[in-house]
Amino acid sequence: MVRLITHNLLACHAKGCTSNNFPLAFSNVQIEIREAEFNPEFLKNFIPKVEWNALVDTARQLGDTSLPLEQPEMLDEEFLKSLHHVLLEIHVEEGVMTCPNCKHEYPISNGIPNMLLAEHEIG
Amino acid sequence: MSRPELQAPPEIYYGDVEAKKYTKNTRNQQIQADMTYRALELLNLPPDEPALLLDIGCGSGLSGEILDEEGYIWTGVDIAPSMLEVALEREVEGDLFLQDIGQGFGFRPGSFDGAISISVLQWLLNAETSHPTSSPPHRLNRFFTTLHSALKNPSRAVFQFYPSSDDQIQLITSIAQKAGFGGGIIVDYPNSNKARKVFLCLLVGGGGGQQQMPKGLDGEEVEDSRARFETRRERTGKDKNGKRKNMKVIDRDWILKKKELYRKRGKESVPRDSKFTGRKRRPVF
Ligand SMILES: C[S@@+](CC[C@H](N)C(=O)[O-])C[C@H]1O[C@@H](n2cnc3c(N)ncnc32)[C@H](O)[C@@H]1O
Ligand SMILES: [Zn+2]
Repeated sequence: MVRLITHNLLACHAKGCTSNNFPLAFSNVQIEIREAEFNPEFLKNFIPKVEWNALVDTARQLGDTSLPLEQPEMLDEEFLKSLHHVLLEIHVEEGVMTCPNCKHEYPISNGIPNMLLAEHEIG
Repeated sequence: MSRPELQAPPEIYYGDVEAKKYTKNTRNQQIQADMTYRALELLNLPPDEPALLLDIGCGSGLSGEILDEEGYIWTGVDIAPSMLEVALEREVEGDLFLQDIGQGFGFRPGSFDGAISISVLQWLLNAETSHPTSSPPHRLNRFFTTLHSALKNPSRAVFQFYPSSDDQIQLITSIAQKAGFGGGIIVDYPNSNKARKVFLCLLVGGGGGQQQMPKGLDGEEVEDSRARFETRRERTGKDKNGKRKNMKVIDRDWILKKKELYRKRGKESVPRDSKFTGRKRRPVF
């Protein structure tokens, strides 16, 4: 279950891949929407950690356009609900995540990304 | 019989049969749950802030289920596909990753509010994995360095593990320190053969006295970790009206809602077409 909350925290960890290695690009995805409990306090705590542009771009790639391009300063209920949905309810079940820098491909199968590296990629 | 980590690489040892056996064993469930509660207590998170946690070597989700129950959002990593498959079947809420912690993490700096790891660290000292790897010190170094960066400042990472010698403890703590962590080893019930437990409690940041090393438990009676953790959280997590803030664990409505959610998701199984099954697929586009 790769949700965008974790995707937004995840950079490539292959050897020597230290810049331009975020966000990993999704392709060939199958997604599933699963309801989660709305927790505004959690979201407020999490917001400072978000890379906003990456989140908005990725959500749009996955077909969700509910987030504004600019991160709003006012955290009203409607915004928090959209954020909740994007971060915690969209699950990427199948597909590939590709590093924009070294092009390493992390395949996702049954919701679980394979993060294992080959010998020459271990830092 | 020798220790599991001396017998085979983890993803082989925890194959389909052992993964199921391990998870179903009620005695084991109880032990892992108890140590998870103790680890949560040692994490010492602010009781009124819903946190994002990393479960290192999450296995089949025995510790993750407790994180769910306590209202934490979490990500789990494990190297054994069969263990992760059982975790999927048990429908834990956390995001799961197939990952060798000895290869390090790619999480952005400050991603997690804390990390726990129950009965895992000894594996990094012993059996090789079946894919190419480097030496244990190199793997430990890569692991601790990337973990330190993935944690926010200040925060903690708490590991329960089974060291087989003082040299091992020495090796682990010195590499963790070089990676930037403070903290060290805590032993609960050091004089009891049965109840003795070793924890590595690592601190990130903590200048200004925010971070104090906790003490190990001792005494005649072995206390119930869950009760102690929840009492402490309840006591400190109340607002000025005496109402519990954000605490979902004792909120019956929340539990009912969650059960309803589980029910809606359905438990019927889908054809087993790959290593990871047990999820109902509903492609959206
Ligand atoms: C005794 S189980 C504990 C599982 C879980 N934490 C619990 O409390 O039930 C040990 C786990 O560590 C995992 N493990 C061992 N070496 C690992 C590594 N290098 N990377 C990730 N996980 C590893 C194993 O696959 C196994 O699931
Ligand atoms: Zn890369």
